[in-house]
Amino acid sequence: MTLTLSQLTKRFDGVVALNGVSLRVEPGERVALLGHNGAGKSTLMKIVLGLIPPTSGEIRVAGAVPGSPSARRVTAYLPENVAFHPALTGHEMITHYLRLRGRPVAEAAGLLGRVGLSDAADRRIGTYSKGMRQRVGLAQALIGQPQLLVLDEPTSGLDPVSRREFYSILDNLAAEGAAILLSSHALTEVEARTDRILILSRGNPVAHGTLADLRAGANLPVTLVLTPRNGAISALATALPDARPDGRFLILTVPQGDKLATLARITALPQLADLDVLPPSLEDIYAHHSAQEVAA
Amino acid sequence: MNRVLAVSQSEFRIALRNRWVAIAILMMAVFSLVLAAAGSAPTGALGTDRLSVTVASLTSLAVYLVPLVALLMSFDAIAGEVERGTLPLLLTYPASRAEIVLGKFLAHLGILELAVGIGYGLAAAVTIGLDGAALSGLPALVRLFWTSLALGATFIGIGYLVSSLSRRPSGAAGLAIGVWLVLIVLYDLGLLAMVVADEGGGLTSRVLAPALIGNPADAFRLFNLAASEATAAAAGLAGAASTIPPVYALGSLLIWPAVALGLAIIAFRRVTP
Repeated sequence: MTLTLSQLTKRFDGVVALNGVSLRVEPGERVALLGHNGAGKSTLMKIVLGLIPPTSGEIRVAGAVPGSPSARRVTAYLPENVAFHPALTGHEMITHYLRLRGRPVAEAAGLLGRVGLSDAADRRIGTYSKGMRQRVGLAQALIGQPQLLVLDEPTSGLDPVSRREFYSILDNLAAEGAAILLSSHALTEVEARTDRILILSRGNPVAHGTLADLRAGANLPVTLVLTPRNGAISALATALPDARPDGRFLILTVPQGDKLATLARITALPQLADLDVLPPSLEDIYAHHSAQEVAA
Repeated sequence: MNRVLAVSQSEFRIALRNRWVAIAILMMAVFSLVLAAAGSAPTGALGTDRLSVTVASLTSLAVYLVPLVALLMSFDAIAGEVERGTLPLLLTYPASRAEIVLGKFLAHLGILELAVGIGYGLAAAVTIGLDGAALSGLPALVRLFWTSLALGATFIGIGYLVSSLSRRPSGAAGLAIGVWLVLIVLYDLGLLAMVVADEGGGLTSRVLAPALIGNPADAFRLFNLAASEATAAAAGLAGAASTIPPVYALGSLLIWPAVALGLAIIAFRRVTP
C-alpha cells in the first residue's frame, strides 16, 4: 500500500477542513480527489506531503510518516499554480531539483524533452506561459521514478492537447507502478483517466468509488430527446403527456429503472422519426454527490 | 552536503541575475576607493603606515556597510519564497530546512566575500601604490577582511531570521532596516547617552564593556581598532572602552554568526507553507 489515510481530520482554529477521510491508494492506482474550492483537497494533499500536521487520524506514505526523509524520498508533488524562480532557466531549475534528489544532472535534458520543453529549456522561466510552467512542474515531479505522485489541479491552465499528453505521461507512470493522487474541480477532466474518485464536500468524504459506482449511486434520470415526423409533433405530444416540448423536439426524462420499458413503448409509436438517449452528464453526477453533506 | 551545495549554487546564480552581486561589489568598491583616496593625503608624523590608516577608515565604513549589504541580500531569502509560492514544493524535497538555510547562507556569504575582497583589495592597491612602505599594514587588512566576513555572516543570519518571522518581503525589508538602525546606529547613541548622563560613574564601568562586546558591530570595531596601531585614530566609544581585552571582542565576533544562523533555522522551522 503506497498511501493509507484513516479517519483523517484537520481543523484550523476550530473550523473543520477535513472530517474523517479514509483512503487507500495502491501502487499503479490513479485516484482523483474532487471538490469545489475550499472542499479540502489541497489541505489533504499538504497533510500527505507532511507540510502540515493532521489534527487527528493516521497517515502512512510507503509505510513512513509523511514529511519524514524516507517519505519525502519517494514522493513527488506538483502544486496548484506551480511557481519557480523567474530568473532561472527551465534547465537550471530542473538541474537544481535533480541535485536535491541526488540524481545525475544529465537527466535534465531527458526530463524536459519528455514534457515537450526542449526548445525553451535555456530560456528564463520568467518568460514562460502558464502552461509551460506547469510542464516544468510536471518535469520535476517525474524525477527519480517516485512511488507516489501528488498532483494538485495538474491540468488547470493546460490546453486540451497538452492535457491529453499530460494524462498519457501519467498512464505510463501508473503502469510502472506509481500511485497517483490528483485533484480537480471538474469530473470531466479526470473521468476516464482515474481508477477511483473521492468526492469531498466541505471536508467531508461524500462519495468514493469508480465512475460507474458514482453513476449508479447518483441514480439520476435519463433524458430522451425525441424527434417527431414532419407535422406529427402535437400527435406525439398527445401520445406522451409527460414529454416537454422544446422547439422541434420533445424531451422526456425517465428514471434509470424505467429506461428500457419506456424505450420499447415509444419506439413503437409511428409519429417518432428519431431518438437520442442522453445519460446523466458527469457534471450532473458530480453536482449530485457534492451537494450531499455527509456520506450515506 | 550535495543538497546544501545545490541550494547554494542556484541562490548564487539568482543573485548574479538579479544584479545583487554587481550591486554589492560596486558599493564596496566605490566606498573603499573613496576612503583610500582620502586616507592617502599626507598625514604627518602619525608614526604608522598609510595602509593601517586606511584600514582604520575602512573599519568605520565596514561597520555600516557590511551589515547593510548582508541584510539587503538576505531579507528576501525566506519571505520571497513564501510570496512567490515556491516554498511548499521546495519543502517536499528531501532537503531539511537547516540544509536550505545553510545553502543560501553559503551563497550569500560568498557574494559578500567577493564584494569585500574586491573593495578592500582596491583600497589596498591604491594605498600601496602610493607608498610602498604601506605593505607593513597588510596583516591589519587581512584581519579586517575576515572579521568583516564574520560580521556579515551574523547579519546574513539576522536577515534570514527577520525573513522567517515576517513571511512577507515588504515586512522583512522594514524589519531588516529596523534591525540595522537599532544595532548599528541607535545602540551606540544610546550607550553614548548613558556614558554622558552617568558622568563616568559606576554604571558605565559595569555596563559599557559587556554592552559593547554583546553587539557584533561594536565587537567588530573594538577588535579591529584595538589590534591596529591606529587606535589613536579611533574616536568615541571605542576609545572609551579601550580597556576591553580584544579576545572578548573576538569571541563575540565568532559566536554571533552561529547564534544568528541557529535562530534563523529555528524561526524557519516554524514557517508553515
